[in-house]
Amino acid sequence: MLQLKNVNLILEGEQGKKQILKDINLTLEDKRIYVMTGPNGGGKSSIAKTIMGIYPPTSGQIILNGEDISALGVTERARLGIGYAFQQPPRFKGIKVKDMLKLAAGEDSNLNICDLLYDVGLCSQDYLEREIDASFSGGELKRVEIASILARKLKVALFDEPEAGIDLWSFQSLTETFENLNRKYNTTIVIISHQERILRLAHQVIVIADGMVKEITTPHKFLGEIEKMESDCLCKNNCTFIGGKIDAQCDR
Amino acid sequence: MLNVIDKKILAAVADLHEIPQGAFNIRKNGQGIIRNTTANIDIVTKKDKPGIDIIVKPGTKKESVHIPVILSQGMNDMVYNTFEIGEGSDVLVVAGCGIHNSGSHTAQHDGIHEFYIRKGARMKYVEKHYGEGEGNGQRVLNPKTIIEIEEGGWAELEMIQIKGVDRTIRDTEVRLHKNARLIVTERLLTTEGQNAESNITVELKGDGSTAQILSRSVAQGDSVQVFHLNMRGYAPCRGHIQCDSIIMDKAKVSSIPEITAYHSEAQLVHEAAIGRIASEQLTKLMTLGLTEKEAEEKILQGFLA
Repeated sequence: MLQLKNVNLILEGEQGKKQILKDINLTLEDKRIYVMTGPNGGGKSSIAKTIMGIYPPTSGQIILNGEDISALGVTERARLGIGYAFQQPPRFKGIKVKDMLKLAAGEDSNLNICDLLYDVGLCSQDYLEREIDASFSGGELKRVEIASILARKLKVALFDEPEAGIDLWSFQSLTETFENLNRKYNTTIVIISHQERILRLAHQVIVIADGMVKEITTPHKFLGEIEKMESDCLCKNNCTFIGGKIDAQCDR
Repeated sequence: MLNVIDKKILAAVADLHEIPQGAFNIRKNGQGIIRNTTANIDIVTKKDKPGIDIIVKPGTKKESVHIPVILSQGMNDMVYNTFEIGEGSDVLVVAGCGIHNSGSHTAQHDGIHEFYIRKGARMKYVEKHYGEGEGNGQRVLNPKTIIEIEEGGWAELEMIQIKGVDRTIRDTEVRLHKNARLIVTERLLTTEGQNAESNITVELKGDGSTAQILSRSVAQGDSVQVFHLNMRGYAPCRGHIQCDSIIMDKAKVSSIPEITAYHSEAQLVHEAAIGRIASEQLTKLMTLGLTEKEAEEKILQGFLA
């Protein structure tokens, strides 16, 4: 179980200090899938990065299975079983897909990395020996990134918009992959996403906006509210929905 | 005849753990100490100046020549080697120089390697440079490589200097004739106050000739690196230079490109980049459980592999 207690995050930006997260309280149970959604810039990625240790919380506590990990760095948290799939993974000149997945799996792992690549819709023969460099498309990069998380037996796996750049055909197998991961290793999965199909995977949907938890609900309720608002709205201007309230661009 | 230090150096510069198969010539402190020739590859000592002629008979396939050089004392060693790679042959040449300098005098090896790759011949050339030794004597290596590739010939050069060389000026000149092909892979790591300069000039003289240079370097400490990579196209040809450097600490790197076309169908590309290790790269590897130091090493190791 992972708990966030009164987590605040203030980051130094170009325009001075900015409060990114305000009093976040969350309890993420084992073996469950959570989907974090909400408007861009609302703080979803910052929560994931704070859990991973990339952003140390300004105040508050992060507790993993009873252990306070708030003061630990990225490496230590990774070794405790937390993993984070980047929204925009970096490229590496000279590091091959094979090397990256072996690093992720750990030295004594007998994990089959070909299976891993298959799980994310890549043909291993074409990819194992390729360097993760500028020749990789955004979609390929995301798949390798997801594979690098699947390679690890994690307690908490965080995925930051994993569906971006992934075509519909592979999308189905991606959702199955998340379900398998959840079943096989009892991993707590947190997925940041706007995708309906991913939202449907969730045991709980966490709506984040303005650096706060706006709502914790079920996919059924969340999608139902959106559907209702969509049918109410005639403008079709991709209005943004936040926690059941409409932020419409039209004068409906 | 080879002591422990010699063997260590041979392993570092030529991947040799025992006396090699095929033709070889091992030079130590200015003198040839062991030599072997084969039915197809002859090695002859030059009469007019220090050095050897390596003659590969036309049609020789799948043979190798190892010509490592060991310096284990302060001295200035100068050598001229000429390679005749006969028509239609296909060979591997492994050169390389290792310096173990435990004294206070400079140990310097200047080598001039001249290659004639005859019609349709293929050669892979591997040159590794390595320095070690607890003494404060400088370790200096100045290799000069001149290559002429005749019609349909093919040369692949792998030039690596990873450790312990204080000063180096590396000059490489290649001339390509009709349908000749060149691939150069250069890897360089400098640390502390080391200084390295690499000058590569490629002349694409013949129709259909192609050349590719991939240079990757890491500059650490106060070290200084300068790259002059120069390509000239005189005919319908294609050339590509890619020069990438990772800069760290207080190092300085200059990458000075030059591409010149003397023919309207010459296609020449130069790409150069200098930058530090991106923090996202470090973070990504740390999220897999590596420490920052381990992540940095992994990135450099991959980059220079």
